[in-house]
Amino acid sequence: MNLIAKAAAAILAGSLVAGAAQAKTLVYCSEGSPEGFDPALYTAGTTFDASSHPVYNQLVEFVTGSTEIQPGLAERWEVSEDGLEYTFHLRQGVKFHANDQFTPTRDFNADDVIFTFERQWKDDNPMHTASGGTWEYFQGMSMPDLLKSIEKVDDYTVKFVLNRPEAPMIANLAMDFASIVSKEYADAMLAAGTPEMLNQAPIGTGPFSFVGYQKDAVIRYAANPDYWKGASPLDSLVFAITPDASVRYQKLKAGECHVMPYPNPADIEAMKADEDIELLQQQGLNVGYLAYSTQVAPFDNPKVRKALNMAMDKQAIIDVVFQGAGEIAKNPIPPTIWSYNDAVEDDAYDPEAAKKMLEEEGVADLSMKIWAMPVQRPYNPNARRMAELIQADFAKVGVTVEIVSYEWGEYLQRSKEVDRDGAVLLGWTGDNGDPDNFLAVLLGCDAVGGSNRAQWCDEEFDALIQKAKVTSDVAERTKLYEEAQVRFKDQAPWATIAHSTVFMPVRPEVEGYKVHPLGGHIFYGVDLAE
Amino acid sequence: MLKFLLSRLLTFLPTFFGVTLISFAFIRALPGDPIIVMAGERGITEERHAELVRQFGFDRPIWEQYLDYLWGVMQGDLGQSFVTKKPVWDEFFALFPATLELSVCAMAFAVLLGLPAGVIAAVNRGKFFDRALMSTALVGYSMPIFWWALLLIIVVSGWLQWTPVSGRISLMFFFPQPTGFMLIDSLISGEKGAFASAVQHLILPTVVLGTIPLAVIARQTRSAMLEVLSEDYIRTARAKGLGPFGINGVHALRNALIPVVTVIGLSVGTLLAGAILTETIFSWPGIGKWMVDSIFRRDYPAVQGGLLLIAVIVMIVNLTVDVVYGFINPRIRKG
Repeated sequence: MNLIAKAAAAILAGSLVAGAAQAKTLVYCSEGSPEGFDPALYTAGTTFDASSHPVYNQLVEFVTGSTEIQPGLAERWEVSEDGLEYTFHLRQGVKFHANDQFTPTRDFNADDVIFTFERQWKDDNPMHTASGGTWEYFQGMSMPDLLKSIEKVDDYTVKFVLNRPEAPMIANLAMDFASIVSKEYADAMLAAGTPEMLNQAPIGTGPFSFVGYQKDAVIRYAANPDYWKGASPLDSLVFAITPDASVRYQKLKAGECHVMPYPNPADIEAMKADEDIELLQQQGLNVGYLAYSTQVAPFDNPKVRKALNMAMDKQAIIDVVFQGAGEIAKNPIPPTIWSYNDAVEDDAYDPEAAKKMLEEEGVADLSMKIWAMPVQRPYNPNARRMAELIQADFAKVGVTVEIVSYEWGEYLQRSKEVDRDGAVLLGWTGDNGDPDNFLAVLLGCDAVGGSNRAQWCDEEFDALIQKAKVTSDVAERTKLYEEAQVRFKDQAPWATIAHSTVFMPVRPEVEGYKVHPLGGHIFYGVDLAE
Repeated sequence: MLKFLLSRLLTFLPTFFGVTLISFAFIRALPGDPIIVMAGERGITEERHAELVRQFGFDRPIWEQYLDYLWGVMQGDLGQSFVTKKPVWDEFFALFPATLELSVCAMAFAVLLGLPAGVIAAVNRGKFFDRALMSTALVGYSMPIFWWALLLIIVVSGWLQWTPVSGRISLMFFFPQPTGFMLIDSLISGEKGAFASAVQHLILPTVVLGTIPLAVIARQTRSAMLEVLSEDYIRTARAKGLGPFGINGVHALRNALIPVVTVIGLSVGTLLAGAILTETIFSWPGIGKWMVDSIFRRDYPAVQGGLLLIAVIVMIVNLTVDVVYGFINPRIRKG
């Protein structure tokens, strides 16, 4: 066992035995095991909770508890007039962590930034293949198409040159895959023939340094005393991996952990009444929807889609499927995202009017398929049940619904077909808090046949979001997205169903914990009352 | 005896190759492209998909992939997990001691309680104790594991606060684990209270996992004992004036043990299956949960390697059971 591990063990033993008199350890009952500790290799939130959030920093970062961007390892940045060049001025004096195989000899600098992105981007970077990864998020955010070059101006200045203007670029750089890794550490591990150590024993600049991981059981971190934002009030952080939600609840009650994610909806009422538990909550950064197949008659008629939307009792869905832990969605983006247009009015639930509207459009004896996802997601905890409720609602306006489902991989694949038979239940959880990440990804013309499950390409809507994508002025972008939401509502390619509510039960002694809208669980800035 | 062992070993080999084929085919027979499942709602472009198919080697003929896998297996290389990028062998044996420790404790619990319970029930056939015991055993056999586990956690850990809720040892203990068996490692560590903590953490999962085998063993022992107790030699022993311990403990039980040992051997499979749920509920870092996670992630190397290793372990246990039979009953050995 190395020195840090020994120190952390002593701290842990001290804190739990002596009732946190000298040392403070926060125990987080996490819901699953991380796939690894290199955030660029994975896309799961559970992995980011254990890697990018405690151990790493990005050039720019989200303010905890919001989707706003603040400086991270870059103190400031400039964007050129044409929106093609981003120049970052790096923070000086930032130290990387050490472990028993590696002690950094220099501070963080431009080489680390360039290495971080080139290992994901360039085939000839030795870590590109050595890590065995597929760099899914880097690819998924279209970074290879977007980046023209990354240049080192000097040790503390880096310039990103893009192939086309892209306003969400800054938000992309705040994402987990953009966590800055140590080039020096990677070089040392490559030389030692153990490149996998980057994924197993991470070295970052973040508020906590990695101490050890006992597979599927416990992850331990120690506070980084040299952290550039100031050391955490906690001395150490422990993840006790507890996959079952009921068991997490029992552990929280018994004081075996301080914070737990993802409670069972059925336990929420009991938690609210429990004096030993404080229940924090926030709207999730997600949307659950029913996407019509808009290139297939009669769903190519916006009025038919609108009539069906009016036939849907969304409140009943919130009550039954979300058990109250959600709210009705009227826009394709959640209210926590900037540019959310609150002036848009939802199609009111009115089966009578819906029936009349369908008759006016000459639609009689309509039968359709509704696809129900085979998996649970925050934006849709029970798709089968949701489909049954919609089936009953549509029956009231004379529409017969057949519910179908496929294995998840098949479902994702088949639902992309342009002439698909039926409306698809699906949803989206935001990656970077940018409206483009919902509107262009899910509803843009480019995404037809892909993630645009409504197969909806509307010139007016697409012009608005394309213009917003290349505009760097936030006020102007906001206006464009607000207009796009009005057009969306008018054309109704989806029935927008719900945004989930995220609940976080914590012990009363936990101070300063903020529920993060992007879904991460972040413990820097959290303290435990004596 | 050597001939007996050799003949058993010979049946081992074809089974082993059969298992490699089945484990290889099983995960590929499941619907769902692992690359699409990995990409999720975000999706993946066709070019990127093709590139990954090449990278993972899925574009090669299936028989070639199988032979490659088999060649690796012969050299003790089970491949590398798609997800964690670590060798499957390392992953499995990092977790297996936890499963083994729990299974051995559960089996000990089941045998130590089940054997005497079955004997006592048989001796008191038809009386209150027999009926009470056998109805309890039936309830135990039919109990859904997850429900039983949660009930125990809520009552024993929640209300009574006698045991911790989940995990293998209190988080305050943090020592190297050379063997992976927490009971042994906690003793070696020399840390005060570590062993006691490990034992406390074992109690509930042991009870939960051991409940079904306990019920089966108790019922099996009872019926085997009843059969033996009606044999002539027992009547002779009674006539000789042997006491109840001599009759039941020595003459009857030894002869009743053969079917019981069979049941114990078969229960190893049940234990490994039960371990999946038990491990998930008690946050027990064993192979059961790992296998399930791997299946959902379509982690081909982990699933086929894990299945193969589990099958080999079950085969070894069955082989051992066969050998033990031979010791208990010479007729089998010679037959």
